[in-house]
Amino acid sequence: MPKFVLLWTDATVWALVVFTIVYAVMVARSPNLKASWRKVFRDAPALCSALILALCLLITVADSLHYRPVLKSVAGAASGNVAYDTVTRSSLDYVLSDLIASREVTYSRPLDYLSYRRDTVSINGQMQRVSPRLLHGGAHLSDPEHQWSSDLLSRSGTGLVLGVVLAAAGALALFGLLARARRAGFVETAASVWRNEGDIPWRAALWTLVVIATLAGITISLMGAYHVFGTDTTGNDVLYQALKSIRTAFVIGSLATIATLPLAVVLGIMAGYFRGWVDEVIQYFYTVLSSVPNILLIAACVLMVQVYLDKHPDLFETGVERADVKLFLLCTVLGLTGWAGLCRLLRAETLKLRELDYVQAANAFGVSSTRIMVRHVFPNVAHLMLIVTVLDFSSLILYEAVLSYVGVGVDPSMNSFGGMINLARKEMSLDPVVWWSFAAAFGFMVTVVLAVNLFADGVRDAFDPRARAFRPRLPITRKPVAQK
Amino acid sequence: MLSYLIRRFLYGALILLGVNLLTFFLFFTVNTPDDMARLNIGGKHITQDLIDKWKVERGYDKPLYLNDAKQGGERVTDTIFWERSVSLFELRFGRSDAESAGDIGPEVSRRMWVSMQLALPLFVLQVIASTAFALLLVMFRHTRLDFWGVVACVLMLSISSLFYIIVGQFMFSRLLRIAPISGYVPGWDMAKFLVLPIALSLLSRLGTEARLYRAMFLEEIGKDYVRTARAKGLSETLVLFRHVLRNALLPIVTSAGSYLPYVFLGSLVFESFFGLPGLGAYVIDAITKQDFAIVRTMVFVGSLLYIATFVLIDVAYTWVDPRVRLG
Repeated sequence: MPKFVLLWTDATVWALVVFTIVYAVMVARSPNLKASWRKVFRDAPALCSALILALCLLITVADSLHYRPVLKSVAGAASGNVAYDTVTRSSLDYVLSDLIASREVTYSRPLDYLSYRRDTVSINGQMQRVSPRLLHGGAHLSDPEHQWSSDLLSRSGTGLVLGVVLAAAGALALFGLLARARRAGFVETAASVWRNEGDIPWRAALWTLVVIATLAGITISLMGAYHVFGTDTTGNDVLYQALKSIRTAFVIGSLATIATLPLAVVLGIMAGYFRGWVDEVIQYFYTVLSSVPNILLIAACVLMVQVYLDKHPDLFETGVERADVKLFLLCTVLGLTGWAGLCRLLRAETLKLRELDYVQAANAFGVSSTRIMVRHVFPNVAHLMLIVTVLDFSSLILYEAVLSYVGVGVDPSMNSFGGMINLARKEMSLDPVVWWSFAAAFGFMVTVVLAVNLFADGVRDAFDPRARAFRPRLPITRKPVAQK
Repeated sequence: MLSYLIRRFLYGALILLGVNLLTFFLFFTVNTPDDMARLNIGGKHITQDLIDKWKVERGYDKPLYLNDAKQGGERVTDTIFWERSVSLFELRFGRSDAESAGDIGPEVSRRMWVSMQLALPLFVLQVIASTAFALLLVMFRHTRLDFWGVVACVLMLSISSLFYIIVGQFMFSRLLRIAPISGYVPGWDMAKFLVLPIALSLLSRLGTEARLYRAMFLEEIGKDYVRTARAKGLSETLVLFRHVLRNALLPIVTSAGSYLPYVFLGSLVFESFFGLPGLGAYVIDAITKQDFAIVRTMVFVGSLLYIATFVLIDVAYTWVDPRVRLG
């Protein structure tokens, strides 16, 4: 039985999952919220992005269950005395254990069977520079020069079929569920999705599913025998690093925005509701905080955290735990330094709300200030919280890369997009150029950030009706949507 | 106007006091001067004598907030907090923590000019380029150009600025050999080193800015005065340039103005990638060397600039929009 390790960020990720479920139940029960979220998913880019984000979330959650495997007991050691590995692994690592195990010596190109570095070997008494075979990538080929391309093709083909089958299964499940919900026939429903009828663009979602499934299928079938995105300088698989980086990005994006909420909400509503000296003091606080250039303040805080951690090395058992505490504290720092913007927004909104009749009525009935703020003001500013949270998410993922470059980001031992880009900077100046690590970081990061951005736009448009006017529209008028 | 400015400056000073307190708390209370000394001296054999000597050299050997050994006013004044604060407000920044590095003050003023060489042209070009692009999109609103323009904006703002730099350096310096990869020379020859960072920085921020400005323009375009202008027969171009642009200038000034402190502070990432010895690179060096004195000073200088900028923006309002009265 391995020893389960609950890291700080794990706990918050799981708490977040529980909260999301509770929120989903709340949405299902409240007609207003349900209508707003329906509006979000009526937007095709937002719906497709939501699918991609769900996949990323799945990876994040899978990567948030950590354990330390039991070491095989050495002969002669007392039984009952169980020793645990010093390396903390996650359930994602367990799934990808092949990738971790298939470590090469140094760089190798994507899908290659030869090493990037040439070694000098003597062949028939002559010294020659040749690229040695990789230890794992394409190691199953006996005659790689002839078999390589056909092996790649056949594996990709299998992957493609696998992906299409997966996508088809997804599509059938969707048709079935829709048919039940609409109380219509299966074929009829499938046809209406195909014609893109109804208010939710299921057809676009299905296409996204097909793309994700085929890409995943091909990657999975190639992953076992080759390094799909090559290997880095110490021979680690780049695909594995990119997948691990998704969790770091998600944890930073979600935790750091959530960390801003308590201060911003409590102080913002208090400032707007009480006005007078309370308002003055709170305004002073956030003006002080926002007048320090953000990156300098974060750098200062993170430096202090680092000194503190260096001084107390006994707080953590393993390197992963230390890196995790650093990540957690980085999120806290980002939260504590970044609440001014939302606080200002909430204060302005509360100033408006407190003059409205229902608040005045509650006041006249003798409801206490605390209760008014909790019952009447908070629910009516909650949509602002949601909008700002999703909008900040993507900028924080981008920010992580810059912070890691500056040297105040996540721990170097932790996989992150920032860390990958940092290494890539050096690799891009090698000759011949090592581009795959950079390309993988670019591809994954842009996909994630773009998906978050599109989803955030959908959420903003649905919850803030004013923002919808600025949507660009194509001049072509679509076919009128058939109403049920 | 004058009384308003005086009030603003007094409030600014109050804010600066808060910033000073915050940074002092961060740098001296979260970790004591002893910790910093230990970190800076490094090595295994650190004796208390060495630490004391290090602290005396930098004037960190006094109590933090209150000196109980002294009487009367000196109880407050003979402390690290008082000395540091007074010297910061007099813009005397003292020496850096590292043994080799010298005084911070001259270094800051020298590097500020380097940062400005990059940031000032960038700032001006940024405002012009973003406004022009946004105006173009607005002019062709509800067409394919607008749609795909916004799509391009969203795509561009989803790409980290680091990608722009790495790809830009690789393409233009390594493959095409148009611009030098990085470097710095004083004087006008500097221009050839600045072209690439300015262009890439422009590109990396264009998506965010242009989309924001476009929304601002569209907000103005829905207003009654625009309808009136059209009704009296003005051409669409004239409406845009004479009426909409001038009215949308107010939010644009606010948005662009928030970048103004960075005209002096420079960009951390761009300066270090392109080898420019500006303030941004100074901060990065200080962070990697864990030189707290420099970081502390830069936090103070940064907020000083920030506060000054916002007074400037307020003044600019009255110039841009005569309806705004400061009082």
